Amino acid sequence: MEKRMLKEDTDRVDGILKVTGKAKYFAEYELPGLTYGVLVTSTITKGKITGLDTKAAENAPGVIAVISHLNKPSVAAYEQEGGPQMKIFYTDKIFYNGQPIAIVVANTFERATYAASLVGATYAKEEFNTDFAKALKDPKAKKLQGQADYKRGIENAYKTAEVKLEERYFLPIETHNPMELHGIIADWRPNNQVTVYAKTQGVKSTQGTIANVFKIPVENIQVNSEFVGGGFGMALRTWPLEIATVMASKHIGKPVKLVITRAQMFTMVGNRPAAIQVIGLGADKDGKLTGITHRAYGETSTYENFTEGVVNMAKFMYQCDNVNTSYAIVPVDLGVPIWMRGPGEATGAFALESAIDEMAHALDMDPLDFRIKNDPETDQQKNKPFSSKNIKEAYKIGAEKIGWSNRKNKPGSLVEGQWQTGYGVSVGVFNANRGKASVKGILKADGSLLLQSATSDIGPGTGTGMTLIANKLMKIPVNKITFELGDSSLPPAPSQGGSATLSTVGSAVNDVCVALKSTITELAINSNMDPTANFVEVLKKNNLPFIEVTKESQGTKERDNYSMYSFSIHFVQVKVHALTGVVKVSKIVSVGDSGTIVSPKTARSQMLGGAVGGIGMALTEESVIDHRYGRYINNNFADYHVPVNADVPEIDVNFINKPDPYINPMGAKGMGEIALIGFSAAVANAVFNATGKRIRSLPITPDKVLA
Amino acid sequence: MINFQYLRTTSAKSAIALLLKDKNAKFLAGGTNLIDLMKRGVTAPEKLIDINHVPLKQIEQVGNKIHIGALATNTAVAEHALIKEKLPLLSWALQAGASAQLRNVATVGGNMMQRTRCGYFYDTEMPCNKRQPGTGCGAMEGFNRMHAIFGTSEKCIAVHPSDMCVALAALDAEVVLAGNKGERKMAFKDFHRLAGDTPQLDNNLKADEMIIRLEIPVNNLAKNYHYLKVRDRASYAFALVSVAAAFELNNNKITDIRLAMGGVAHKPWRLTASEDFLKGKEASLSNFEKAAELAMQGAKGFGENNFKLKLAPNTIIEALNLAKSKS
Repeated sequence: MEKRMLKEDTDRVDGILKVTGKAKYFAEYELPGLTYGVLVTSTITKGKITGLDTKAAENAPGVIAVISHLNKPSVAAYEQEGGPQMKIFYTDKIFYNGQPIAIVVANTFERATYAASLVGATYAKEEFNTDFAKALKDPKAKKLQGQADYKRGIENAYKTAEVKLEERYFLPIETHNPMELHGIIADWRPNNQVTVYAKTQGVKSTQGTIANVFKIPVENIQVNSEFVGGGFGMALRTWPLEIATVMASKHIGKPVKLVITRAQMFTMVGNRPAAIQVIGLGADKDGKLTGITHRAYGETSTYENFTEGVVNMAKFMYQCDNVNTSYAIVPVDLGVPIWMRGPGEATGAFALESAIDEMAHALDMDPLDFRIKNDPETDQQKNKPFSSKNIKEAYKIGAEKIGWSNRKNKPGSLVEGQWQTGYGVSVGVFNANRGKASVKGILKADGSLLLQSATSDIGPGTGTGMTLIANKLMKIPVNKITFELGDSSLPPAPSQGGSATLSTVGSAVNDVCVALKSTITELAINSNMDPTANFVEVLKKNNLPFIEVTKESQGTKERDNYSMYSFSIHFVQVKVHALTGVVKVSKIVSVGDSGTIVSPKTARSQMLGGAVGGIGMALTEESVIDHRYGRYINNNFADYHVPVNADVPEIDVNFINKPDPYINPMGAKGMGEIALIGFSAAVANAVFNATGKRIRSLPITPDKVLA
Repeated sequence: MINFQYLRTTSAKSAIALLLKDKNAKFLAGGTNLIDLMKRGVTAPEKLIDINHVPLKQIEQVGNKIHIGALATNTAVAEHALIKEKLPLLSWALQAGASAQLRNVATVGGNMMQRTRCGYFYDTEMPCNKRQPGTGCGAMEGFNRMHAIFGTSEKCIAVHPSDMCVALAALDAEVVLAGNKGERKMAFKDFHRLAGDTPQLDNNLKADEMIIRLEIPVNNLAKNYHYLKVRDRASYAFALVSVAAAFELNNNKITDIRLAMGGVAHKPWRLTASEDFLKGKEASLSNFEKAAELAMQGAKGFGENNFKLKLAPNTIIEALNLAKSKS
């Protein structure tokens, strides 16, 4: 990586590389003899391939190979019984529309694309269903338990409460749609040596998956993924299309590059599953919650189960003695989902935080007062104190900044011409995690520090955060510190997901720095120097060009005594047009309560991105399927509406910035997920406050507002 | 690979001659729609005749008409001082369309020629009478949230996606077309067709014709006007419903008026009944409401687009309100 000169410590360490086009993404690597793969996909939704005519494709100019279930090159794990149902090119079964059925490899991308269009398939079609809501209604359709039922106190206590409500909330499929298309470059060389350039949130995970599938030693596989153009969860696993590319490279003995199309981004790399949720809330007349019931149903595929934490929040977020939850998954004939930013918690928070707002309205209480009144001192689910929680302070800051005092409790009170103004609030919460990671530190006599770990940076600014941790401890200028990541040969670290990277890898950086400092002190003392002498002097005196330390770090048992969560409060002001139903988010105030903020600039960016994603979830994003065909209708950037600049107002980001005493040496809790979790409910609540219309089905498009 | 020949020409005459020679040739201007359609396999011309160097980019006043060359870009037109001053409705409509990047290359003629954005038209695995006559209409009983409520046929319920064309229909523009046998003029409102039994045809341009320019009469509609586009996000989204409204006010009486709607039909939808009603009347909310009601005669929803039956009249009322409030 190029040496980075920085004006101020809080800049993104790779910012200049990114904005000048020097940051190299997986698809930009040129290997000698590189070939190009293009996938052929099924045009039916369920059934079997009865015939595959690859002749024309094989004879087309530039084509090197056509790989399908007909010639299936050897893949050790796929030859065994069991394992995944959807073994790419090892099955003639079709599980969903758009499933890869062959890969065409040619010497140019255009030739591969054309040849792929020449592959003809015939099928034996079977009946299918891609409609999750329909499957849910069908008593014969499978419903699988997604999480153990939870019960505290009396089940469904809300039903006998003084004030009660039971409402149903719908979330459609959302698709991650990072700007960078998914894919991989695979180079399988003699003696089973494999190098891949991947788009992955975990280089070690990609390495492990390839090793497992092809039954070759992990050490044979080198995974590079220095820069990732957005992931949002979709690059948390090694998808069949990546296995297909490695398979192709092995088969033809040449490096193969596969970059899928935008349309294929909807069918091959997961999505946020559709969900239907029922929330029952009961309260006494004074506004104390007496019962919470959260029943959730999530969409999954028929060939693989996917579950996430949809009902987690209901168990501890509010003080309530009677809570029960259930979560079932319902298989439909679509590609398997995967976590999308905020994952299930964002799905759950939409329903719960909408319902909380509805209850406050039923009680004629300010929804902020209602939340504060029911804010628990301890975690009732785990029966433990919170390691740190400053939510009341966060409520106060946010309320002041958004101008909550201008809000009227009676919906539809603020009208100016055709525009109705409303205010909404919601809470987001996510596990504050810390895993196990290793970091190597090399402290050099030239005054620089090199840190290395096989972690990833999908955009949050991992390198910047790590650099700042080291900068603070070592007092080494930021431009003398380099943090290397995205390389599987570096010391191991977990995948970047679940808002855990800064906490996990940052702790190892901390430990490495502490160890380097103590080594320097020891060397100084041993060479009769001042124990606080500058490390450059100490190394020179000892004729050492560098010293090196590798540390593995994970939390102590003490953490088990506490319930650890990151919190966010979202305040929004919306304007709703009475005649056209258009909703504009006109003001956003987000308050993060996630311990110490290590890197203020990138932390703020996380909150900005979360709010933009939240606007999308609330107002614009929906992947539409024609259930008669099982095919996506809006699988492009023109019709799948990710918010644009004009949809996003000024976002006022605030942090409590108080260390968590127990989670890690920095006192920092994760914040990638909380930036989005709950945001959609704040918008829905604000729309209600503006109009008196409660919209329980996302996204809140003009037609729903007008209905 | 599906090879095609790329030709470049610098005169309208030679462009037309090249087009005459080959039934499967197409003009290439900005390419913002055509190239997408080629990539998706919706269309596969054998020849692309690049007309970007044909000198048809003029924007000028000739007598009491404003002439706009077919190859003027959307941005050039939208930002031209003459257009902003004399035809601000057109400028607004253009700026409501696409994105800044697309507008920078998209041309006036290309904008008129763009195909529908119906998802079934773009997916070659789905039925679509417009793409492949006889295969049926996927949208009719499918995802038709974006689709037409006026002038639909049993064959097709697609809408024309342009914003610019809605304003041009309102402004009584004329199109000058050139063919092998010379030029002809056509009222802009007659340029696009309804789907009828031939949904594959979007317009009345003959196979050997080229769009040369627009001629738009200078009017007294540059004061009270509005182009209101209702869409799913604030920019870079096609209209759910859009309304071009412009009128001349004398003592709060409407002396001249133009109304057209987008996102509701296979062509820009001129609201003549509403115009006739409002002419000579007071610019009042109750009259606007009555005009909106008149506009909706014959409207028909197909399920997911039923909301347009309410959104469309509301948008007409609001566009008229906003046009009135300009002063």
